[in-house]
Amino acid sequence: MNIEQQDFYTQAILSMAALVGLTSFLMLGQGRLLRLIFVFALQGLLLTMTTALAAYSLDSPHLFISALLTLVLKVIFIPWMLRRQVLLMNMHRDIEALKNNTAVMLGGASLMVFSYYVLHPIVQTSSAIMLNALAVSLSVVLLGMLLMISHRQAVAHVVGFMSIENGLFFAAIVATKGMPMVVELGVAFDVLVAAVLFGIFFFHIRTSIDSLDVDRMNRLNEVDQ
Amino acid sequence: MNWLLAVIQTMLFVALAPLLSGWLKWCKCHLQNRKAPSLLQPYRNLLKLTRKQPVVAEHASWIFTKSPYIVFSAMVLAASVVPLIAVDLPSAASADVIVLVGFFAFARFFLALAGLDIGTAFGGMGSSREMTISSLAEPAMLMAVFTLTMTASTTNLSLAIEHVLHEGLVLRPSFVFAMFALILVAIAETGRIPVDNPATHLELTMIHEAMILEYSGRHLALIEWASQLKLMLYGVLIANIFLPWGIAQGFSAQALSYGLLTIIGKLGVLAILLAISETLVAKMRLFRVQEYLSFAYLLGLLGMLSHIILEASR
Repeated sequence: MNIEQQDFYTQAILSMAALVGLTSFLMLGQGRLLRLIFVFALQGLLLTMTTALAAYSLDSPHLFISALLTLVLKVIFIPWMLRRQVLLMNMHRDIEALKNNTAVMLGGASLMVFSYYVLHPIVQTSSAIMLNALAVSLSVVLLGMLLMISHRQAVAHVVGFMSIENGLFFAAIVATKGMPMVVELGVAFDVLVAAVLFGIFFFHIRTSIDSLDVDRMNRLNEVDQ
Repeated sequence: MNWLLAVIQTMLFVALAPLLSGWLKWCKCHLQNRKAPSLLQPYRNLLKLTRKQPVVAEHASWIFTKSPYIVFSAMVLAASVVPLIAVDLPSAASADVIVLVGFFAFARFFLALAGLDIGTAFGGMGSSREMTISSLAEPAMLMAVFTLTMTASTTNLSLAIEHVLHEGLVLRPSFVFAMFALILVAIAETGRIPVDNPATHLELTMIHEAMILEYSGRHLALIEWASQLKLMLYGVLIANIFLPWGIAQGFSAQALSYGLLTIIGKLGVLAILLAISETLVAKMRLFRVQEYLSFAYLLGLLGMLSHIILEASR
C-alpha cells in the first residue's frame, strides 16, 4: 500500500517515526553534552506528540496520561537534572572528540537497514504501518546502544540508555496502542529512579577517578599495561 | 509561444538573482544592527564592474579569460532547466536533475581551473578547498534529489513537481530528510556561513573568494552574477520541489503572475531564514566541513531509506 493511500494519521505517525529516528542520529554525532541533552529532550517531545496523536485518533484517553508523563519526565525533568549535573561538574565546555565520527554515522545507517532486514519476515504477515514503525523503533534502540559504545562520557551513556527506553516506548505506542496503565506507570517510575541513581553514581565516579570519562576506568586494574 | 515563455522565465531568473542577494544582505544587516545598503546595490555593483577595465595577469592563459563566460553561461543554462514560475515548459523537458548537477559541476570545474591557472598561492588553495567540499557535497545532493525522483518515478524536475502537486498534501518522512539534506548542501555549495563567508577576504578562511581573487572588471561581474544565480537556483529548487504550491500549471496570464508572486514570496521567506541562521551560527573550522557534509549525506541516505522502508508499496 502506498503512502498516499494511507489516512492522515498513518502518514503523521510515519513522519514522527522518521523524526524520532533523525533525533537518534543527531545524538549519535553530538560532541557537546548540553546539546546532546537538548536533542534528547527533543526526542522526548516527539514521543509526547506521537502519544497524544495516537490518543486522539485511536480515541483512548488513557494515552493522554502517558503523554503527560512523558512530557513531564522525559522532556522536562530528566533533561533538567542531567543539565544541572553537567553544569555542576563543569563539563559543559568540554567537547568530546569523537573518534571516527563518520564511521559511527555510517554504522548507524547500516544498523537502520539491519533492523529493517530483521523485521522483514514479520512484515509479510502484518499491517505495514505497525512494522515500519517497529523497524524505526528497533533502530532507535540499536542506535542508543551504539551511542553508549561510541561516547566516552558517562552522561552520554545515560542519555543513550534513556533513548533505548524511548525506542521501546515508541514501539509500544504505535504497535500495541499503548501498554496497560500499570506497566506504563511502572516503567515511568523505573526511569525516574534510574535517573536519580545515575546522578548519584556520577558523583561517585567523579570522586573516585576524578573524571566522568569511562575510558579511564581501564586504568583501575591491578596489572599495569 | 512556449519557447518564448521559457526564454522569458530564464531571463527573469537572471534578472532577479541580484535582487535576491540584495534582499538577503538587507535582512542580514538589519538583524545585525547595521545600516543596510539599498536593495538595488548588487545591480549597481555589477554595473560598476562592467564599466571598469579588467586587469589580467601577464601569465594568464585563455582559460582565465574565458572562464567567467563559461561559468556564467553554465549557470544560465542551469536556470533554464529549473521551473521558476511555471511547470511544463519545453526547456525544462529537455534536461533532468542529473544534467542540472552536471551544469553545476561544469561551472565549478572551470572556476577551479581559473583559480589554478594564474599560479598564485591563494587561487590554488581556494581551488583545492572548493573541490574538496564539492566532492563531498555532490553525492549528498544527488542522494536528496534521488529521493524526490524515486517518489515521482522520473528524473525530470518539472514532471516531478507536477507529481507532487497532483498528489496534494501527503506527509512524507523521506521529504523531510531530503529537504534538510538539500538545505545543508545548498549552504555549503553557495558558500554561505557555516562553511564559507561570502563577505570576507580574510586569507585563511576564504574558499570561493580565494579562487576569484585575481578577477576584476567585467570578468568579476560575470562571476559574481553567476554565484548570485547559483544561490537563487538552490533557493528555487528547495522552494519548488518541497513546497510547489502556487506554481503555474497553465500558461494563462493570471496563473503566471500568481506563480511569479508566490515564488518571490517563498524566496523572500527562505532568504529571511538564511539570514537568521547566518546571524546565529558561527563559521566552522575548515576541517569540520567534512563532518557537516557527511551529515548532509547521511540525511540524504536516511531520506532514501525511509522512502524505501516507510513509503514504498509492497
